[in-house]
Amino acid sequence: MADLRLKGLRKSYGSAEVIRGVDIDIEDGEFVVFVGPSGCGKSTLLRMIAGLEDITSGTLEIGGKRVNDAQPKERGVAMVFQSYAIFPHMSVRENMAFGLTIAGASKAEKEQKVAEAARILQMEHLLDRRPSQLSGGQRQRVAIGRAITRNPSVFLFDEPLSNLDAALRMDMRMEIGKLHSQLDTTMIYVTHDQVEAMTLADKIVVLKDGEVMQIGSPMELYHNPANLFVAGFLGAPSMNFLQVDVLDVQGEEAKVSNPSLEPIVVKTAGRPIEAGHKATLGVRPQHLRVSETGQLHGNVTLAERLGSETVADLRLDDGSKLIAAFAEDKILDVGQRLSLDFDSDAAHLFPVDG
Amino acid sequence: MDNIAGTKSTLTWAVHISVLALVLLWLFPTMGLFVSSFRTGDQITQSGWWKAMFPAELTEQFRAADPDENRIETEAGVFVVEGDFRQEGLGGEISTWGTSSRDLAAYAPGDTADLGEGETFTVNADGTYVWQGNADQIEGRGQRVFITALEPPEFTLANYDQVLLDPRNSEGMAKAFFNTLTVVIPATIIPILVAAFAAYALAWMDFPGRALLIAAVVGLLVVPLQLALIPLLKLHNEIGIGKGYLGVWLAHTGFGMPLAIYLLRNYMVGLPRDIIENAKVDGATDFQIFTKIILPLSFPALASFAIFQFLWTWNDLLVALVFLIDSSGETTVMTKQIVELLGTRGGDWEILATSAFVSIAVPLVVFFAMQRFLVRGLLAGSVK
Repeated sequence: MADLRLKGLRKSYGSAEVIRGVDIDIEDGEFVVFVGPSGCGKSTLLRMIAGLEDITSGTLEIGGKRVNDAQPKERGVAMVFQSYAIFPHMSVRENMAFGLTIAGASKAEKEQKVAEAARILQMEHLLDRRPSQLSGGQRQRVAIGRAITRNPSVFLFDEPLSNLDAALRMDMRMEIGKLHSQLDTTMIYVTHDQVEAMTLADKIVVLKDGEVMQIGSPMELYHNPANLFVAGFLGAPSMNFLQVDVLDVQGEEAKVSNPSLEPIVVKTAGRPIEAGHKATLGVRPQHLRVSETGQLHGNVTLAERLGSETVADLRLDDGSKLIAAFAEDKILDVGQRLSLDFDSDAAHLFPVDG
Repeated sequence: MDNIAGTKSTLTWAVHISVLALVLLWLFPTMGLFVSSFRTGDQITQSGWWKAMFPAELTEQFRAADPDENRIETEAGVFVVEGDFRQEGLGGEISTWGTSSRDLAAYAPGDTADLGEGETFTVNADGTYVWQGNADQIEGRGQRVFITALEPPEFTLANYDQVLLDPRNSEGMAKAFFNTLTVVIPATIIPILVAAFAAYALAWMDFPGRALLIAAVVGLLVVPLQLALIPLLKLHNEIGIGKGYLGVWLAHTGFGMPLAIYLLRNYMVGLPRDIIENAKVDGATDFQIFTKIILPLSFPALASFAIFQFLWTWNDLLVALVFLIDSSGETTVMTKQIVELLGTRGGDWEILATSAFVSIAVPLVVFFAMQRFLVRGLLAGSVK
């Protein structure tokens, strides 16, 4: 049980700076997901918390104690690796008891804790197997079980589900969610998969090039992205961005248009938008609907029918592309002309540079 | 590689043929030594080891019994000597016989040879013979007879008895065998123990100068050991080790160390980083990681180096000659013993073959016992 404070955390390899001043507060018992494209530094940040990477500057506090220079074992963290990192020469039982063996726990204590962890993960019947006799999902359970037996104050997950197939990934995602509500321990979870981020997190940290883009609850990030990057990163298919001309700004509202968009009034949400300049209008594909009186006009270039949803690629009159997702099975012909409508409250207006 | 279209069949054949050639190249001499070590010297000179499983035509020289003692006068002036060559060591089925070395196959069994002036000699198929003539003819030395017989295949353990068990035999291999073991076992274990620690440090611990140390190890790989023989011996003499087992252990350890460190480091560096980091997060110290994780996982590499070092020290002559064997001959090793035998018993192929086979038997056993560790991948299942 511990809270974490990351203050101005930096990491550089020689002259290359990979983490550029990260400030995050993590409350006790919170499930925090670090998400971002590959190379954004999310795994490095996790490894810095685990103590596997040195901290170049800044402060890392776990449970109110500065642990910048503490050994991994002194930080009270347990880590689950993407590759499982199970010891292949030990049985599942020995694997799960490894941390306790190192700590010099008694046999009875080991037995009891391994049994407890196995019960939580429903893998009592696997305890005497070798890792090579397990499937991918079972191996990942062992890796998680090994973390549980140590009873850490912080769990660290480094893309734990990346190696699993789609169906198993969904199961394990739910298991991890259940595990968190059961153990009520602080968990930090790194992933590039936004579905995992959206479903698991109490708090999402979006990272890009070693910098925090936005921190907030999943829905906060989805509905009120702070910048173009977050807006484009979360949501599938990703948000449409239209280059628009700002015609007029009235307080918190701006009137924008472009050759394929009839003038429309949207909120500026306090962002620096100036009349006479260009801006970027973001509209989620799900917020578009077909309407005779729509403001957007274009032709269908591709239609994908998924049953529950139809995703259409459109080429707008000014040549830009647009993706629309209709929550119904809709028959669209290639070349068909559509007029689309959207709720101006659901649109986001960003300055051109983000 | 397997699924590249079109290249499979020819490549597979080339591989199979090369493997077959290598196997035969290795198998024939080994089998030859093995078979020869169970044959007598006579058999070895008569026929090749590949005929050992078949009956062999063997021509042996016999003499009839001493006429002065054994002749019987059956009627006036006619003397007869009778006997049985079977009792004198004739074995197998007699195919031909003769009385002159110029014509060994003159007669068939049961024929009577006319030796001139009424003297006759008869050899029957059952090995009995009758030599008949007058008093002047049946006297002096017994008649020479060359008998060619088809001997059944015969194998003997006498060679091993002589080479290994004869307590009076100073040329035996028994003592040399145990001396070799005394040299080899510590000379295999010590370098592995030391090198495993060094390899772990060079692979997974960060310290200044690590890259230089690794470069030095690689450099030492190519230094011929002959360079160090004399200086090392001088050193041993000066610090009081002199010639003896301790000296040869240290020498083998030193000479094997660069390869050991190099091999083990390369193997350990290939172990998944995640496993080691996981152990670190779980609170293991470097020493615990080494003993609980690295050593068990490095077993294939340890075994393969152990085989290398074992074979090289087992077959070594040079290092043993320089650092171990003194004038007393008490500490002679098998390689040295075989060299001696080549000098003193150069013609006795059965002894040489047996000694040679004794010296290769242990490496064979070691190889076949350990080879599965070379093949088995212990890492299966650790990471995806």
